[in-house]
Amino acid sequence: MPYQTRWKRLLNLLKHQLCGNLIMGASREIRQKIGTIKSTQKITRAMQMVAASKMRKAQDRMNAARPYARKILDVIAHLANAHPEYQHPFMEVRDISRAGYIVISTDRGLCGALNVNVMRDVVKELKDWEQKKVQTGLCLVGSKADLFFRRYHLNVMAKAMHIGDAVGVKDLIGAVKVMTDAYRKREIDALFIASNTFVNTMVQRPTIQQLLPIASTATEFKTRVWDYIYEPNAKDLLQGLLTRYLEAQVYAAVIENYACEQASRMLSMRNATDNAGHVIDGLRLVYNKARQAVITNEIAEIVGGAQAINQ
Amino acid sequence: MENHQTAAAFEKQLRVDIVSAERSIFSGIAKMVVVAGEEGELGILPGHSQLLTRIKPGEVRVVKAEGGEEMYYVSGGFLEVQPYLASILADTVIRGTDIDEERALEAKSHAEKVLSEKSKKDKEYAAALIELTRAIAQLKIARKLHDQAKK
Repeated sequence: MPYQTRWKRLLNLLKHQLCGNLIMGASREIRQKIGTIKSTQKITRAMQMVAASKMRKAQDRMNAARPYARKILDVIAHLANAHPEYQHPFMEVRDISRAGYIVISTDRGLCGALNVNVMRDVVKELKDWEQKKVQTGLCLVGSKADLFFRRYHLNVMAKAMHIGDAVGVKDLIGAVKVMTDAYRKREIDALFIASNTFVNTMVQRPTIQQLLPIASTATEFKTRVWDYIYEPNAKDLLQGLLTRYLEAQVYAAVIENYACEQASRMLSMRNATDNAGHVIDGLRLVYNKARQAVITNEIAEIVGGAQAINQ
Repeated sequence: MENHQTAAAFEKQLRVDIVSAERSIFSGIAKMVVVAGEEGELGILPGHSQLLTRIKPGEVRVVKAEGGEEMYYVSGGFLEVQPYLASILADTVIRGTDIDEERALEAKSHAEKVLSEKSKKDKEYAAALIELTRAIAQLKIARKLHDQAKK
């Protein structure tokens, strides 16, 4: 347990600092230290509870976003199926000479290794592309990704930052459009999205998925005998639906990442609270010892004094 | 959803789902739904043939099966009609080629700002950031102390 060793190390450090002048006036210093750690603990506990309630809300929003994407995918599959002659650029598979990545991160820290995990995977893939002499372009969501990729000299195409707690589709439209436009103009030949997947409260897994080209779903659907009446026409509708589908995908990923952020923060703050408790216990022991030492000392002095008078 | 549709078909009623990317807005059984389609106002009744259309910003009126009406404002989107099911894929934000373009430019300019800043040392940036967070924290505490002093 790395956490345990960490708090033990802190405790030893504090003991060392305090024991230098343990005999006189140290008890007051220890008491102050305990007070400091107690207030830190209060903060971490509050953060833990806030994260827990925010996580629950985020999960609700995750579920609320699902029917939209499912419905659109259903309609797109039907459209693509009924009109095989019309191949939308988003569905066309090309040789990859440039790859685009949408990297989703949090805006705030104190959420464990959540961001680092995603970045590590992305950097690994970027290196792979580099070896294959494939150029890359990035779209960064959240300020942690921005801070991280500042260190590398990469081609950042778009950014969406400080999206906050109540993220909406409108915060992401711009960034998504930059990437899809680049795809349409053949500036990139594939688009990936990197974010965390919410497995459960304890486990969040970094994942990289391919957004473009959209894998053809035609085989999955049985041929239907009917077709829609289209207003204005199938081509325009498909265009609009595909754009919204991509936006919905990115939005869903951002929401899910947000739920992961809260879950991860809840967990790391719980660890912090526990560790603060351990440190307080340890310090209290030191404090009691110091107080006892002072009392013993006083008694010894009194007894010594009394004996001196008696003699 | 399939189940609901068959149930609705049996009753000769129309199931209406209004969903946006962010949430489900309405879901229920209706006698009729009125939508401003791109090529004119549409009143969808149970048994309508399959239809797919873009919708204009405007109101969606749902005449509920149990009586009463519900009105919703949508800023655009799509309407998909199956004989006993009408799904409205609503946009929550006003869309338009110009507006979308503007948003894209904004995202790009955010990215370009970094490029110009890149020439500065990254350390400098990090140091400034730490300085700033510290200053903010100090300000907060100062304000709190000030408030306490007032009391």
